[in-house]
Amino acid sequence: MNPINALPRRVLAALGVAPVVALLMFFFWPTATLLARAIDTEALSSTFGRRGTWNVVWFTLWQAVVSTVVTLALGLAPAYVVARFEFTGRRLLVAVLTAVFVMPTVVMGAAFLALLPDSLDRTAWAVIGAHVVFNLAVVVRTVGVFWERLPADIESAAATLGASPWRVFTTITLPLLRPALLATASIVFVFTFTSFGVVRVLGAPGTRTIEVEVWRRATQLGEIGEAAVLSILQLAVLGATLGWSSLAQRRHSRALDLEPAAVRRRARTGIEKRRVGLVSVTTALVCVAPLTALAARSFSTPSGWSTAAWTRLGRTEVRPGIRLGLDPIAALGNSVENAAWATLFAVLFGAIASLAIAASRRGGRMLDIGLMLPLGTSAVTIGFGMLITFDQAPFDWRAEWWLVPVGHALVATPFVVRTAVGVLRSVDPDLQAAATTLGASPTRAWLAIVVPFLWRPLAVGAALAAAVSLGEFGATSFLSRSGGETIPIAIEQLVGRTGSLLQAQGYALATMLAAITILLVVVVDSTGQMQQRTPPTRLDALPVDQTGRR
Amino acid sequence: MTPTSVPTTRRTFAILAGLAIIAAACSGSDDTATEGAESSAPAPDTAAPPSEASTSPDTATPEITDQVEPDETITLVAYDSFPDADTSLNDALEGFTADTGIGVDLLIAGDTGTMLAKAALTVGNPEGDVMFGIDNTFLSRAINDGIFEEAASPISADLPSELTAASPDGLVVPVDFGDVCINYDIGWFDEAGIAPPSGLDDLIDTAYADLLVVQNPATSSPGLAFLLATIDEFGEDGWQDYWSALAANGVEVLDGWTDAYYGSFTWAGGGARPLVVSYGSSPPAEVIFADPARTDAPTAVVESTCFRQVEFAGVLTGTEHPVEAALLLDYLVGEMFQSELALNLFVYPSNPAVALPQEFIDFAVVPEAPRAIDPDLIEANRSDWIDEWTSIVLG
Repeated sequence: MNPINALPRRVLAALGVAPVVALLMFFFWPTATLLARAIDTEALSSTFGRRGTWNVVWFTLWQAVVSTVVTLALGLAPAYVVARFEFTGRRLLVAVLTAVFVMPTVVMGAAFLALLPDSLDRTAWAVIGAHVVFNLAVVVRTVGVFWERLPADIESAAATLGASPWRVFTTITLPLLRPALLATASIVFVFTFTSFGVVRVLGAPGTRTIEVEVWRRATQLGEIGEAAVLSILQLAVLGATLGWSSLAQRRHSRALDLEPAAVRRRARTGIEKRRVGLVSVTTALVCVAPLTALAARSFSTPSGWSTAAWTRLGRTEVRPGIRLGLDPIAALGNSVENAAWATLFAVLFGAIASLAIAASRRGGRMLDIGLMLPLGTSAVTIGFGMLITFDQAPFDWRAEWWLVPVGHALVATPFVVRTAVGVLRSVDPDLQAAATTLGASPTRAWLAIVVPFLWRPLAVGAALAAAVSLGEFGATSFLSRSGGETIPIAIEQLVGRTGSLLQAQGYALATMLAAITILLVVVVDSTGQMQQRTPPTRLDALPVDQTGRR
Repeated sequence: MTPTSVPTTRRTFAILAGLAIIAAACSGSDDTATEGAESSAPAPDTAAPPSEASTSPDTATPEITDQVEPDETITLVAYDSFPDADTSLNDALEGFTADTGIGVDLLIAGDTGTMLAKAALTVGNPEGDVMFGIDNTFLSRAINDGIFEEAASPISADLPSELTAASPDGLVVPVDFGDVCINYDIGWFDEAGIAPPSGLDDLIDTAYADLLVVQNPATSSPGLAFLLATIDEFGEDGWQDYWSALAANGVEVLDGWTDAYYGSFTWAGGGARPLVVSYGSSPPAEVIFADPARTDAPTAVVESTCFRQVEFAGVLTGTEHPVEAALLLDYLVGEMFQSELALNLFVYPSNPAVALPQEFIDFAVVPEAPRAIDPDLIEANRSDWIDEWTSIVLG
């Protein structure tokens, strides 16, 4: 049964075109070009013949599975609290979570190491722990946006009938949440499966994910063929996992009377208050601790505390005659500009793609998986693919400024889609049926009923997309750049050089990046809240069947 | 993802139509870009004639300068430690434009390995015209991959033969050099009352147990340089035993320089190890970028452990501006540009006519006989050495 099936095929096809074309153009074409050029039989036999390859694949797989399961399990509590309750600092908490998500792993890894007990330093457990903390934001945001619209009346009914809170959670809430959980699980899985920086900084020396190994083969050893083979291997494992997850997600998605706006209230009983307090404070501590450690390092020098990193951040002259060649304000400008474009692209394509995916069957599933693939393809492969594909007129784009935000959008779009599709699939089809009965054309009914449900997930997706771009995830770090650094690149440059002042300045910039991200998420979140005020009035005017659906 | 799997032909058609529209739009925008470039390029009467304006006689021979297109801009590809803008090194590049009328765009291509991998993928259709910074551990691969072509005009600077030895035919030009050495924390050894190690052999002595942190040669360029230093010392068949002994003596291995220097080294990061693999220029950098300011270096290098890294520049194969590229290459080893290298990249200029800054004279050691391995030998064995090292040290 298809929830928003009522959409005419013509409209559906028109919707699908843009994301499909963009995906073919900026992902499949460059990736296929690189793979086709690099892979030969020698690369195949040497990669598969090496015992190390299978060690890498095995480590990649098990750490990703464990990371995903633990992240989901631990993320549910904060997701619940943030989705269901209104409390002081709620938005700030979400923003801080997101800030942790975008921090460059070089500095975040260092902050994490400072906090971990020495016995855990540079072990698989440090890697998994960092994955969990970094990806909490993904769970809280993508599950939260679904959870906050789940009608609470079913749960209340069960509770009234005598079910314990645990029973209500396991028999009612959890099954209802399943599509959102699966969507989130797949995104966290992809993220941890392709983990790069965390593994390099926190993992035991020599432990590598496939992503790290692709990078090492391609850039350090110049074995581009082997890198390409590994890249395919990575895609194959991921593709299988995602295909399964997408199937499961559809099977479990059902129409719900999703509330048009978030249903949140203040905690009432003492037990609720304690629960909300405990969860939010614990979550905040987990996220604030590394951020604080980071900020502290910007004031720390080998000979005590100093504010010099901050007071001299904008000053280019370090010593008379010696300039740093690094303008944090310009880097900030570059980052924000890239993020703005990337968010625009990602939201635009993500919105269109989500509508198309939610409304169609087979093609939708294909598009869904297709959009996730850039996230799971090694960044080196896409970056180098773009380099050798967009190098001839009329596609001589490798030096174009917009290729960077397009690259970020490739990685960010899945966040938008994952957040939106779950919500869209659960829109009650009776609403649309009712609108048609009242005389609206199918397209108009769809515009009036389904589209308004998009705003809130889009706002959430936009914040994540901007964060992804600010954090410089993905292929763009392998594109050559001219005309200035972005903040993450400036940070890596600073902490990659000798000199206590430079080191502290790197952490000062990282602190700035965290602050900007927090601000950005708070702002985007509140605009999302405002936008969602409009549709409910229209919805409320329609007869809504409160009992017809499970 | 194939559009044909979508059931309706109508949808397939729509996709194809969309592709066609996008393709049309793209080619359209490209046309305007080229037109713009063409119309701005030939404007000789308004521009200052470069050959006459050039006052520096050592830039190039006159007949070469005559071939230079006025208002031409070429691209210098460099690794990511090269400053983007704003430093005296960038000012020195502008000096080239002032001399010749040729503009220079800077393209940052990533770390040296990444920069080389990209150049290898784009041979014949390069991202830029001149590449700066391929070091001797990557040189053979760069040359084998054919990323460099012969410069259109000779180099006027007189460069030391030990630097040019790696490229006797002059395909690439040495632009700078530096060393990777064991650095030690002076204060820590003073306090502990132990003498700092004097060479590689000391490091396997139990007196220095658990004191050294190195980088993984599989993922770090100084890490690889240090491995090469040990291969130079103990030979292709002897280094394995040395590393087994190092491992038994508690050497710590980290993936990157930043983790090692700022995470584990006693001086910079408050770590527990007073010996770290870093650069020969790290001690002067510790003075120059110290906060609060200081007049003495807190760290020093163990001279006999130093491995020499020489960095080269060359003209990229397939450049559309061979004449201008050759002029830039010559300028890169000229005194104007060379004199800015030390304080901006923390390397030594290859041009011996250039004086060193005072901090380098005071706090850096240029080893008399640095360790080196033939680039061809490195290229032939790098992968095997790294695999072997991994199984010995990381098990």
